[in-house]
Amino acid sequence: MCLAIPGKILSIDASGPLRMGEIDFGGIRKEVCLEWVPEAETGQYVIVHVGFAIGVLDEAEARKTLDLFREMGDSGMPASE
Amino acid sequence: MKYIDEYRSRETAEKCLDDIRRRVTRPWVIMEICGGQTHTIVRYGLEDLLPSMVSLVHGPGCPVCVTPLEMIDRAIAIASRRDVIFTSFGDMLRVPGSASDLLSVRAAGGDVRIVYSPLDALKIAEENRARHVVFFAVGFETTAPANAAAVREAALRGIKNFSVLCSHVLVPPAISAILDAPSNAIQAFLAAGHVCTVTGFEEYFPLADRYRIPFVVTGFEPVDILQGIAMAVHQLEEGRIDVENQYARAVRREGNAAAKKLMSEVYEVTDRHWRGIGLIPHSGLKLRPEYHAHDAERIFDVGAITPAESSACIAGEVLRGLKKPGQCPAFGTACTPEHPLGAPMVSSEGACAAYFHYRGSASG
Amino acid sequence: MGNDNSHPFTGPVCPVPLQRYPQILLAHGSGGKLTDQLIRELIAPVFSNPALDPLHDGALVDAGGVRLAFSTDSYVINPIFFPGGDIGRLAVFGTVNDLAMCAARPAWLSAGFIVEEGFPMEDLARVVRSMNEAALQAGVAIVTGDTKVVERGKGDKIYINTAGIGLVPGGRKVSPAAVRPGDAVLINGAIGLHGVAVMSFREGLRFSSQVESDCAPLNTLVEDIYSVSPNVRMLRDPTRGGLASALNEIAREAKRGILLDEHAIPVTEEVRAACELLGLDPLYVANEGKCLVFVSPGDADAVLSAMRKNPAGKGSAIIGTVTETHPGRVTMKTLVGGDRIVDMMSGEQLPRIC
Repeated sequence: MCLAIPGKILSIDASGPLRMGEIDFGGIRKEVCLEWVPEAETGQYVIVHVGFAIGVLDEAEARKTLDLFREMGDSGMPASE
Repeated sequence: MKYIDEYRSRETAEKCLDDIRRRVTRPWVIMEICGGQTHTIVRYGLEDLLPSMVSLVHGPGCPVCVTPLEMIDRAIAIASRRDVIFTSFGDMLRVPGSASDLLSVRAAGGDVRIVYSPLDALKIAEENRARHVVFFAVGFETTAPANAAAVREAALRGIKNFSVLCSHVLVPPAISAILDAPSNAIQAFLAAGHVCTVTGFEEYFPLADRYRIPFVVTGFEPVDILQGIAMAVHQLEEGRIDVENQYARAVRREGNAAAKKLMSEVYEVTDRHWRGIGLIPHSGLKLRPEYHAHDAERIFDVGAITPAESSACIAGEVLRGLKKPGQCPAFGTACTPEHPLGAPMVSSEGACAAYFHYRGSASG
Repeated sequence: MGNDNSHPFTGPVCPVPLQRYPQILLAHGSGGKLTDQLIRELIAPVFSNPALDPLHDGALVDAGGVRLAFSTDSYVINPIFFPGGDIGRLAVFGTVNDLAMCAARPAWLSAGFIVEEGFPMEDLARVVRSMNEAALQAGVAIVTGDTKVVERGKGDKIYINTAGIGLVPGGRKVSPAAVRPGDAVLINGAIGLHGVAVMSFREGLRFSSQVESDCAPLNTLVEDIYSVSPNVRMLRDPTRGGLASALNEIAREAKRGILLDEHAIPVTEEVRAACELLGLDPLYVANEGKCLVFVSPGDADAVLSAMRKNPAGKGSAIIGTVTETHPGRVTMKTLVGGDRIVDMMSGEQLPRIC
């Protein structure tokens, strides 16, 4: 059970029993439960699995990984952390 | 799509592959234990791109595949009741039980519905008070919190006509079971990324220590998997034993505290039978006593269940990574997605189905 | 052809093992292996005759020296009104396109209605008007028809059957047998639009820019193709079962292999996002106004240009080639360079959660 995809938080609604958000997935809008990512803010990306955000996507880490790929082309050393 | 497309780039994949090719000097056997990763590997044809010295082995990463036969039979029995609306993730509907499957129950008039989220099932219960809604709660730690949330909400809001048939499984005990088997040849593990988004990867350190095996927490896109393999190869070649995090953009060492807290409030650990593998102690989750009113297993007495597995199916060996699907005598002949003998050929995340679909019936 | 079954809450149906069920299942209508099996094993052999046996989109018959193409299709789609179209429009274009896929010039259609008691008169009027507009757009006439009403509960709002006749100009012969190794495979635009439009409507997926069905007539596109090349080997409109099913059928009938390039297959961002979310593969999602063209390699570029000039072909692309190797199989070079098989669907596609 691993299918989870990243989506961008467009708005947050904390008025109901569960903290919900409107998430954009490449053009599709869906309502997602943000109960487990209380620190998440509008504009951030979250990883969504079966209607729940299970984590906030760390964009700095994402950039780091991609930068490392770029460097790999030059030095031939991999990421190791 | 952002944060997906970049990890499907041919150029980046080539770089990872180059890195692996340059580094590898000896044969290595690496196991992944996530249906999503199995799927990506076979769907993108990654194995053929890797140097032949790197062997990938698929573990029991498909919760649909490992749901005990007895539980499937129980689900079928409950779904067949006229007062029940049986809800489930789509994948479960075609898993063969001893004599039938949920899809047949539906064809025969049972109210079996596919839902995308357990909250959808809860909504159905709210809108259909005269009937009982049962949700088939299957999955690894990734899905357990979501199912827990549905149960907790049902309890809080007094939605009495909602219950779950709980068959959750935990990954680390399965890893132990696989590595305890004397016949295993696994030298490194790719840990399931989204499971670790929820749980974190703290519990993999003692595993790495005990079995002297490197772990790399890995994502699901082809580039993620290639990078995860590259990191594993580096550890192996250098003789290092560590737990590394390739999927750092989505996984933190401590995991998701709120999700874990919810899980511990709703579930407790139990022994669980894994289909094809057998009993693995402390490898499952069941509802805590406070939530027994929402436990479908207790609510519905479906009588004695005597499961009967196909004798030709070698799912157990495939799930433990001892055999590849193509090595099964029934693969592609007696056993196909059209007439499956076991679960791995039916679930789209199962290794047998992935091989059949993306590599053909003659694949090895 | 727009077969999409209906019940609320149940959404897309699971793929079904091809065991011998004593009853018809929903999956028998999905356009994949089960449909194929049903037609080839239970229906076609009973009727067997030279015009029927090829089992192409339409039958070719000779009427005293004049070559005609004759085709029929039934429409049971629910919802009947969806983004980009409605059941009436589908019914007209579906048959027009089946005829166009025989390289015919569609001319006359019939329209049969089976309406459920209680169906709003206004909706029926809307459907009929839409069919008229579609017929005008495609340049065909609806010359005959029939109307029946069934009791409430015995029909799903409205079912429409259309049949059509077209004239096949001399010198045109498309068939899987004409397909040769080296031939180029083209498509006239992005895939998966119809299926996603309908599914998202039913599942309540909201888009920032709505995905609309690609329902459209293909007859002028086919004429444009023939205007630049006589070497058209095969035409097929991939409807239910998606691109993958249509290509597999052709590969099997032609006894050739087909190699696709994943990079070259046009898919819009919204369709990809919807498929990611639902765990679907765009290759298996239904289309309506799409056309696969098999043409000689030398004429591929000219045909591509001609297609791109037609409103129904703006997003056209060359997506693969016919091969000598792996006859009957469709394979694909994936985004990252590896290889995979593109299998025929066994039932209907399942939304993957795992």
